[in-house]
Amino acid sequence: MAEKSDLPQGTLDLLILKIVALGPVHGYAIAQRLEQVSRGVVQVPQGSLYPALHRLENRGLLAADWEETESGREAKFYRLTRKGQTQLETEAASWQRLIDAVGLVLKLSEGGVE
Amino acid sequence: MNWWQRLLRRRKMEDQLEKELRFHLDQHVGELIARGLSPDEARRQSRLALGGPEQVKENCRDARGTRWLEDLQQDCRYAIRMLQKQPRFAVVALLTLALGIGATTVMFTVINGVLLKPLPYSDSDKLVAVNGKSDGWNAEIFGEQNVAYLDFLDCARESRSLTIAAALYNGGTASEPGEPEYVDLREISSGLFSVLRVPIVQGRSFLPEEDRPGASPVAILGNGFWQRHFAERADALGSSVVLDGKRYTVVGIAPAGLKLFSDEADIYTPVGQDTARYLRNRAAHPMHVVGRLQPGTTLSQAQTELALLGRHLAEQFPDTNAGRSFQVRSLRPKVGNIGSKLWLLLGAVGLVLLVACVNVASLLLARAISRERELAMRAALGASRGRLVRQCLTESAMLGLAGGLLGVLIAADGIHPFVRMWPGALPRAEEVRVDWHVLLFAFGISTLSGLLFGLAPALRTPFRNLEQKLRIGPRGIAGNSRRLHSMFVISEIALAIILLVAAGMLGRTLLHLSSLDPGVDVRNVLVTRMALSPATLADPAKTRAAWKDVLARARNVPGVQSVATVDTFPMRAGDNEEGYWTSADVPPTNKLPFALMTSVSADYLRVMRIPLRRGRFFEDHDTLDSTPVVVIDDVLAQNAFGAQDPIGKRLWIPDMGYGGNVFEIVGVAGHVRHWGLAGDDQAKVRAQIYYPFAQLPDSFMHRWSELMSIAVRTKIPPLSVLASLRSELKGVAGDQVLYEVRTMEQLANESLAEQRFLSLLFGIFAGLALLQACIGIYGVLAYLTGQRVPEIGVRMALGATARDVIRLVLRQSLGMIFGGVALGIVAALAAGRVLMQTVDGMQSNEPSTFIIMIPLLLAAALLASFGPARRASHVDPVTALRQD
Repeated sequence: MAEKSDLPQGTLDLLILKIVALGPVHGYAIAQRLEQVSRGVVQVPQGSLYPALHRLENRGLLAADWEETESGREAKFYRLTRKGQTQLETEAASWQRLIDAVGLVLKLSEGGVE
Repeated sequence: MNWWQRLLRRRKMEDQLEKELRFHLDQHVGELIARGLSPDEARRQSRLALGGPEQVKENCRDARGTRWLEDLQQDCRYAIRMLQKQPRFAVVALLTLALGIGATTVMFTVINGVLLKPLPYSDSDKLVAVNGKSDGWNAEIFGEQNVAYLDFLDCARESRSLTIAAALYNGGTASEPGEPEYVDLREISSGLFSVLRVPIVQGRSFLPEEDRPGASPVAILGNGFWQRHFAERADALGSSVVLDGKRYTVVGIAPAGLKLFSDEADIYTPVGQDTARYLRNRAAHPMHVVGRLQPGTTLSQAQTELALLGRHLAEQFPDTNAGRSFQVRSLRPKVGNIGSKLWLLLGAVGLVLLVACVNVASLLLARAISRERELAMRAALGASRGRLVRQCLTESAMLGLAGGLLGVLIAADGIHPFVRMWPGALPRAEEVRVDWHVLLFAFGISTLSGLLFGLAPALRTPFRNLEQKLRIGPRGIAGNSRRLHSMFVISEIALAIILLVAAGMLGRTLLHLSSLDPGVDVRNVLVTRMALSPATLADPAKTRAAWKDVLARARNVPGVQSVATVDTFPMRAGDNEEGYWTSADVPPTNKLPFALMTSVSADYLRVMRIPLRRGRFFEDHDTLDSTPVVVIDDVLAQNAFGAQDPIGKRLWIPDMGYGGNVFEIVGVAGHVRHWGLAGDDQAKVRAQIYYPFAQLPDSFMHRWSELMSIAVRTKIPPLSVLASLRSELKGVAGDQVLYEVRTMEQLANESLAEQRFLSLLFGIFAGLALLQACIGIYGVLAYLTGQRVPEIGVRMALGATARDVIRLVLRQSLGMIFGGVALGIVAALAAGRVLMQTVDGMQSNEPSTFIIMIPLLLAAALLASFGPARRASHVDPVTALRQD
């Protein structure tokens, strides 16, 4: 029973890929970053994070290894695969295109009102 | 990690998932405590943030992509547990399915072997048959036209697209080694074995230089002959056999089971050594020609080339080859018209299987409804609808597969008895076995039937009004399930009726056919083919004398009443047809009406007790020097002359080849069912003409004598004269043999064997269907009345008697039964039409069939309903009311 995320469909995957791209990272750290990055704007329920991580791993976009954290505990660290890298680039680009296009449309209508 | 690794490491993955989530929670808790929250509050908040750990885990498992497999495992285990809990249901369902699938698989195994398998030669798709083609040929009556030997030689030399070879059917008496025996002989061109790519097991195939006139006589032995006469000794090679008085050196042994053109030959000889005149005559077409496409050529190239060769031959030899050419087709196994019967039987067992499926479906549905509360509970706990449907389908697919497995075991065991029971010889019987095609088929139909009977119960999985269903439980039976149940019973009854009526039609047909007058008195008649001593066949005068001697000697055998020679006798495969006309301006051959030609001696009518309607039969004064005469049968008299008296009229038979082809009709005999009791009415050629053997010219003597049989009427059981007949007719050299010995009674019986076999099978199928329909009715009614126990309790509390309750239940069952009967009658009428097209001599669907079969079904169905009804009438109102 996935709770509905307020993120637009598919953006969660994109955000995760972006965060993991910065360097190997475990699930909790991803959740924290997500929260920092999007604080006050979007809410990412932690419950949908792990299924998304597992799905991305399953699709070969992420790889995972068990490593020790600074505190000495074992945690599952995710890193981007080459396939994930390409996926990130294409999705980021298409996201950008979408935003540009939506922005353009919004400006147009504002111009119409003035 | 691919999916199966993931599946195998399921335990490890689960541990890791658990560990990962715990790490997350611990980190979160730690951070919150660091911010100043109490440990309890921190733990509470972090749990809230993550959501229910079990749900997160479920979602992660879903994301893994091996979910369906894990579920499948789980469902299978669950299904097995459910079946174990209800052994009675499991046994009934498994048995009915196993029978249905087993029977269907047996039929498919036969169809696969007889119709679908390619010929047993390597690269058999490159093999072709070459046939003659001419305008005047009536292929419908005579079948495919063969090829003249000289034309074959020309094609073999000229063709670039094909390597061709030829075979000639023949027979002869093998007098050494061992007992003289009439053998099946193939005269073949030297290339036949290599064209077919059949390896010679010992020795070698014929050399091209042996396939010429004057070459030293050589032979290849058929495997069966080698076993019988040489006990499979290797020194057969280089020894000799004597065939029709001529000594042949054995150069090779053919492999076992080699059936060129549908039956196994005893001896092969090179056709090129045969100096018979008809082989040098382009107007005679005795050769069966097969070919192999050269690498890189196509069938259509070969067709074009052979057509062209045919045109050249027609220009070169206009007298014999004008309007004549060749056609090339892919070589197919010869199986006659058996295909339609096999498909008919597959259809019938398919119906039995369908009844089984419906039956299991209704039993499953009843279970599904009583399990509704359980399923609703699982839905409420978060199982998706797809998941529940999948679980139900897994259960039924497992039932189907288990039934299929049993069915394949039944089929593997039952296929050989079935093939042996097949009336006559099943063509290509040696190809009929359970192979991977069959297994694939069985797997396919098992899964299919599993899905078929699982679908209705599966789609009923509860997903709406869960709360209500959980509350009222299994007693709350919805009206649409009752309708679904009725539909199941109705279709089961309808299917059973189709099979019952079909069985009834076949049974009636059998009765009708066996009551028919075959036109001859079949009791106490022995018929056997006879081969004269090869020495006498060389001289026509000797041949005539030999036949006279045979008749005279046979007549003196104790117990024999009368005896005649005959070339083709009734109810046996074998016939000779000619076109005839009643005036001198004879139209082209393919426009002529045809009649069966039978060459007989004077006593034939007396031996067979065929009634003479008019005029006279042949007498001793019908000789070579007197007017050529014929006797016709009722049918021809009616067809050609109507009400006129045919006696003294003349018939023109253009292809007779003697007597100027004009014959005087001297008598009319009763019609004889030549094609067997069943086949005669539908036969393409029914009219009959008898002509006297004594009037045949010398040039006919050899060929006709090879085909001759004798018919003997006895005063004692006919087979008891056989031994003395054999020894009396052995001839001076002891090499005259009787072969293919039968009594007319056997032949008449065999002519109905197919109908008898089909009625037996349909009877069994109908019985099975009826039994299953009864089980179905019983199960459904027991279930439906069980659901109505509280209602019945109320009725009884309000004063209804046991009799009222029985009536109530029976009324419900009667509704279903009559619905099924109505539907079944319509379907049975359609099925009857299919039967009439497929089975010879089939009687049309008459009301009487229905009048017998339907009460039978009604009685059985009511009997099945009576149990549940009686049980309902014993309901104790108090317990019933307290039940909910």
